[in-house]
Amino acid sequence: MAEPKNGVSADDVRKIARLSRLHVEDEQCGSIAEDLNGILAWIEQLDEVDCEDVVPMTSAVAMDAPMRQDTVTSGNIRDRILANAPKTEDGFFVVPRSVE
Amino acid sequence: MTDLTKLTLASALDGMKAREFSSMELTDAHIGACEAASGLNAFITPTFDLARDQAKASDERRVSGTIGKLEGAPLGMKDLFCTEGVRTTAASKILGDFTPPYESTVSANMKADGMVMLGKLNLDQFAMGSANETSCFGPVINPWRNGEDLVPGGSSGGSAAAVAADLCLGATATDTGGSIRQPAGFTGTVGIKPTYGRCSRYGIVAFASSLDQAGPIAKTVEDAAILLESMAGYDPKDSTSINEPVPDWRGAVGQSVKGLRVGVPREYTMDGIPKEIDAVWAEGVEWMREAGAEIVDVSLPHTKYALPVYYVVAPAEASSNLARYDGMRYGLRVEGENLADTYERTRTEGFGDEVRRRVMIGTYVLSAGYYDAYYLRAQKVRTKIADDFRQAWESCDVLLTPTAPSAAFPVGRKINDPIQMYLNDVFTVTANLAGLPGISVPAALDGNGLPLGLQIIGRALDESTVFKAAGALEKAAGFDAKPDKWWS
Amino acid sequence: MTFIAPRVADEKDWLQGETGPWELIIGLEVHAQVASIAKLFSGAPTAFGAEPNTQVALVDAGLPGMLPVVNKYCVEQAVRTGLGLNAQINKFSRFDRKNYFYVDLPQGYQISQFEHPVVGEGEIEIVPEGGEPVTVGIERLHLEQDAGKSIHDLSPDETYVDLNRSGVALMEIVSKPDMRSAAEASAYVDALRQIVRALGTCDGDMEKGNLRADVNVSVRKPGGELGTRCEIKNVNSLRFIRQAIGYEARRHIEILEAGGEIDQETRLYDTVKGETRTMRSKEDAHDYRYFPDPDLLPLELSDDFIDRIKADLPELPAARKARFVEQFRLPDYDAGVLTSDKATGDYFEIVAQKRDPKSASNWMMGELFGRLNADEIGIEDSPVSADALGGLIDRIADKTISGKIAKDVFSKMFEGEGTADEIIERDGLKQVTDMGAIEAMVDEVIAANRDQAEKAKDNPKLVGFFVGQVMKKSQGKANPQAVNELLRSKLGL
Ligand SMILES: [Mg+2]
Ligand SMILES: [Zn+2]
Repeated sequence: MAEPKNGVSADDVRKIARLSRLHVEDEQCGSIAEDLNGILAWIEQLDEVDCEDVVPMTSAVAMDAPMRQDTVTSGNIRDRILANAPKTEDGFFVVPRSVE
Repeated sequence: MTDLTKLTLASALDGMKAREFSSMELTDAHIGACEAASGLNAFITPTFDLARDQAKASDERRVSGTIGKLEGAPLGMKDLFCTEGVRTTAASKILGDFTPPYESTVSANMKADGMVMLGKLNLDQFAMGSANETSCFGPVINPWRNGEDLVPGGSSGGSAAAVAADLCLGATATDTGGSIRQPAGFTGTVGIKPTYGRCSRYGIVAFASSLDQAGPIAKTVEDAAILLESMAGYDPKDSTSINEPVPDWRGAVGQSVKGLRVGVPREYTMDGIPKEIDAVWAEGVEWMREAGAEIVDVSLPHTKYALPVYYVVAPAEASSNLARYDGMRYGLRVEGENLADTYERTRTEGFGDEVRRRVMIGTYVLSAGYYDAYYLRAQKVRTKIADDFRQAWESCDVLLTPTAPSAAFPVGRKINDPIQMYLNDVFTVTANLAGLPGISVPAALDGNGLPLGLQIIGRALDESTVFKAAGALEKAAGFDAKPDKWWS
Repeated sequence: MTFIAPRVADEKDWLQGETGPWELIIGLEVHAQVASIAKLFSGAPTAFGAEPNTQVALVDAGLPGMLPVVNKYCVEQAVRTGLGLNAQINKFSRFDRKNYFYVDLPQGYQISQFEHPVVGEGEIEIVPEGGEPVTVGIERLHLEQDAGKSIHDLSPDETYVDLNRSGVALMEIVSKPDMRSAAEASAYVDALRQIVRALGTCDGDMEKGNLRADVNVSVRKPGGELGTRCEIKNVNSLRFIRQAIGYEARRHIEILEAGGEIDQETRLYDTVKGETRTMRSKEDAHDYRYFPDPDLLPLELSDDFIDRIKADLPELPAARKARFVEQFRLPDYDAGVLTSDKATGDYFEIVAQKRDPKSASNWMMGELFGRLNADEIGIEDSPVSADALGGLIDRIADKTISGKIAKDVFSKMFEGEGTADEIIERDGLKQVTDMGAIEAMVDEVIAANRDQAEKAKDNPKLVGFFVGQVMKKSQGKANPQAVNELLRSKLGL
């Protein structure tokens, strides 16, 4: 299989996994890198296309953002907000400590 | 009494209107079929008790004279639509027992129209897949067989299988790269992905926001029109919802296609695609010509780049859309040694292989140094793909193409080769990238007795013409094959 | 972004190190909460101080399938603020996602504006305390959503999360690195605060965190190459901004003079210890992976939309100050103080109406502010209204009371004892203007101080002594001018 121009290394896999908050075992990094490189090499067909002066397409609908009025239409639904939480206390979500 | 599960949605609605049977009788018949079909694994969460309550309420409404568009019809709901009080999993482990305290706009519209919900249908995890093999609830088995278990296509595999097996009169589905049309093609059913913005995305678990669009899988083109009329409509809660009235699509089915210009894109002939598919396509072209349509040769030169574009854009959006599944506010939490560890354990255990793979690709193509090379370039090529269609509409009104490059394949055949799997969407993904409506209509059986579909793609917001053309195709094809009921 | 910083600080602002003088380069990112009723992308309320998680819509909690819809009022306020900063309004702007994980960021991304902010470059003029006016460039203003709040002191090993603030609209106003001293930075934030308050786009309440600053600090040899900067996050008072900059600048100079290097990093200001400290560990390097939010469409603002906001723009502090100098002939200093916030300016305009502007200014800046500050009352809640203060000044102007008596009257007015007229009447404070009565008192005083009267011929300054005696006799009520004139003629001066 072709190699992508920016080949992903095992280290890159660790970095991407960290950014994605996914755990990868060290011994997996190589095979994941290979996997990603296969897909990226295939994606790089796109380099054949002349994209000079082409405006990137960010949405399939050609209109402006609709806007809401500044009125209160929600809130006071704490029970629904917390209903599926793994842990709550006194109306708060309770999560693992986020500072040392 | 005849087998009520063999009815189309249209005839079932007529039958209830004529008081030939009640919603309760119709619902019970379908619940029976569902219970007998557990081997297909089409449902994640059956809601039979709820269905009976809804059927009872529907029958009562009918007595009082208020009847909705889907009054009393037992239908299936892809488990990607949030349903108030009913567990919604997206076929993932990470959503755990998540029970939404809210209803998606599409399912709310259908409820308001009198739907009876039989249950939540299986799918590829977070709609990522083309074979319904990535579900953490196990694969869905195609009712059509060829001596071995076949996939129903994906991601709306549960919806397609359930409709094909007569477990429900129709089902909701979603389509990000072909997830309605490809499984419809694999199961001999009809599936339409409307114009991006026709159906509200509010309350649908997001995969790739700029591509996701809801639509129905149904037994006939007319049934698909009835369902889509209920599902679609402007929703101020979705900023990308189009504020246009919903036309009479049901009325468009059956209209003459005389003079309709049907484009045949030459780039949809590809190497390595079974001859039978080209043959069915050629037959379809002939049917349209005989029905009075004008056949036009058109070119969509950037077609071959559609899949690579898709596999940049969709994972990029998904990597961000799926960041909310972190074990903090709902769903699975796998406690770790500290916060960072909890995040990683939760997401690593909660997401399946394909989801993790796409999240990582998406993260990579958006990351510093690679954004321009991959993401921005993909968006630019997306513009060119949309421009191809704009060009084509100057010489034709709809496009006719195959739905998928193969018939249904055996379970497990492609799961370990991502690019082979991705190629399933080669004919469908262009419509997602350009935001256009596309429908798959069953056209014929291949040499192995498996259904093959043909696709009609139309102009944005011109579902009426798409339904008209699909109706003509359906009529000409006269496809009435059904799988043997081996599962019950 | 490459920064250039052409202006070199005044020598007085240079910091002396072992190796010679250093110059401070400061840029600020100010987060100003939009004074909207509902959040930027949801219909949940924004009011301060509610019970945890009661002001949260489904979308604010990042629940699956929930979608943002932008609040028009917030967009209008961003444009309004942009106009107030003399800035370019971008007719095309867009929302992007800034991706990172944090327990109080429910979606796993913040919706912000990265590549195409709603407001582009602008500038404002600031006057640092005891310094010359400085023009500070505005780089951009963009809209973004606030995160929720993490509370760490309710449990020893867990964090409690309240999402009430999640999704509240913020305007992030980014300056150019145009400030060269802590005083300039503080004057800049103060000026911004006055502008948003005058515009009504943000209440400017720094104590509640409704306006807070991220301070970027670096040092260089005067006019030399730019140094590495550190960002001090979320400083929420003008005093802390000055202190944090002072500390940080010293820290940089010490490191550099010891031959070290500055790590570009994010720091926190510890208000108790008066120090900054590093906020994030390096292994947590960020890559925000900004990309256009596919749930939102671009904002395309019409000329009409912008013009309507422009037409509705109030007079801003700088323009008002110029007008006060021009129209009321006030000294620059007075005009600056009186236009420092909208309510003060409004108060002044009422008092100064058809009265001497300078005495209106003096009374406000003297007695009124003195009492308000002492009692920690805002001018909006002043017990003496602008009309009431005007009434008091009128009584001085028409010589009903002297300026000295007026101070006592003011004090009583402040205590709520009534209007000037009521107090003057009640306490019999009317100035004696009857020349006969004054003459009698003058004669009496001269008669009682013969020796002094003689000396006064050679030493005219002694007239002050006599005035004092007469005023005392009249219990302060005699018209001092009349007393003065009579004395001068009687003493033969
Ligand atoms: Mg900042
Ligand atoms: Zn910010």
